[in-house]
Amino acid sequence: MNFFLDAIAWIFDPANYAEPGGIVSRLLEHLLFTFVTLVFASVIAIPLGYLIGHTGRGRGFAIAGAGGLRALPTLGLLTLVALWVGIGLEAPYVALTILAIPPILAGAYTGFEAIERGTIDAARAVGMSEGQIVAKVEVPLGLPLLIGGIRSATLQVVATATLAAYVADFGLGRYLFAGLKTRDYAEMLGGSILVILLALVLEGIFALVQRLVVPRGVIAGRPEDVRARPIRSRAATGTPVTEGRSS
Amino acid sequence: MIEYRSVTKQFPDGTLAVEDFSLVLPSRQTTVFVGSSGSGKTTLLRMINRMVDPTSGTIEIDGVDIATLAPVNLRRSIGYVMQNSGLLPHRTVVNNVATVPLLRGVPRQKARENALALLDTVGLDRSLADRYPSQLSGGQQQRVGVARGLAVDPNILLMDEPFGAVDPIVRAELQQELRRLQVELDKTVVFVTHDIEEAFLLGDQVVILRTGGQIAQVGTPSEILANPADEFVASFVGADRGKRALHFENHNGSDILVDSEGRIAGVIETDAAASVPPPQSVSESKAGSVSGSGAPAQGGDQR
Repeated sequence: MNFFLDAIAWIFDPANYAEPGGIVSRLLEHLLFTFVTLVFASVIAIPLGYLIGHTGRGRGFAIAGAGGLRALPTLGLLTLVALWVGIGLEAPYVALTILAIPPILAGAYTGFEAIERGTIDAARAVGMSEGQIVAKVEVPLGLPLLIGGIRSATLQVVATATLAAYVADFGLGRYLFAGLKTRDYAEMLGGSILVILLALVLEGIFALVQRLVVPRGVIAGRPEDVRARPIRSRAATGTPVTEGRSS
Repeated sequence: MIEYRSVTKQFPDGTLAVEDFSLVLPSRQTTVFVGSSGSGKTTLLRMINRMVDPTSGTIEIDGVDIATLAPVNLRRSIGYVMQNSGLLPHRTVVNNVATVPLLRGVPRQKARENALALLDTVGLDRSLADRYPSQLSGGQQQRVGVARGLAVDPNILLMDEPFGAVDPIVRAELQQELRRLQVELDKTVVFVTHDIEEAFLLGDQVVILRTGGQIAQVGTPSEILANPADEFVASFVGADRGKRALHFENHNGSDILVDSEGRIAGVIETDAAASVPPPQSVSESKAGSVSGSGAPAQGGDQR
């Protein structure tokens, strides 16, 4: 328990907020690093995922490839890239982008695949071009699952971004590595708690966003939407479903 | 006019869905393709808007080979109504109806007005316009599907088992609505179903298909009922089971309609009893003047 108290005391110690290299600037660095990594990964994974989801081709390749990427040990990859490009932020960006690609890719193509085939078939049959099917049907309907993929990638990156400090003086990971080296466990645990809090805050934001991007018509038809309201008021306020004008 | 010229469709897995199919579908009439699953009826329908391209043979619409037309433009000029409506779940009813006009560049306000007018046409209340498809009943969704099919005022309307997924009462209502619409709008309708009753009710020309898209018989409902081409057709329309072969028996001065198994099909009312009803009006007489159906014959005084 003492470790925790020490860690909390460390977090609130004004000395640790002294710039440069204080908690606030490291927090922002960590956030920026996470954000940039997600942008890199998204730029690669979303178009690829959409292509796979729309055409239905290359799915086996994507699953095998994403599985392979997931299996790579990030620290090993980071070291390897760092040996190749040198000390600095390039190696962590590469390693973490690779870490973030699989969940975003999966979110993108499963989002498309989860759409009822009849809906897409109908969109094509009434005369939508392939581009319009993607833009007007598949992207909006697949968005909740894509956001889910980005959410999962964010969580992994924000936690693993501590490794950036392994090869560069950057982000909240610095406290972990410095604390480990100097046996300052309060600093180490304090840094970890900050990373956890950041992850939880991001998780909360994404949970909210994921709810917001579900198309309204899709929410309207969901059974849990009905359950969320008391049964009695539902019976009283619900418009009776009637057939046609004759009603 | 739609014309199939020795059309064959073989799917990549080797299935021969349609083989050497030739037929003319007259303009401003309803042609119904009817057959059991695997008869190629949906494939035939989907070839008209190039959702399926034939392996060989050509299809012409008013003398134009559709293989020369861009699929997207062709599809925007043909109405399409499918089973389970196929509406876009994230768009409101009115936006679903306006989908194709908006793609064609009709201004939003005008497209909305036209869509609202179409809701009237298909018998939907305008208050439903801003609901989402998931908030409507199955029958209402099908009506929205029909309105969307009519949104660009197409000459041709393709309907792929549009009433297959709704309950029998709603189906009967929708069938009557379609008959009314057909009189009102005068489109060339191509309709696919596996329900022979539906085919006889809606079709000006009925095409009975057997496996592989082979035509078993083409004709008006009365032609087919009067002269089934072969055993297959007879069995398909139910004539072999005596379902359609009705005769009179006179009991205590009133005419009773009896099928070949001796079941009472109904009673002929005196003013209608003067003439023998022609075969195609059987289904109408069921609903109209016949007052009792399917009751087992017990001889003697029925009514």
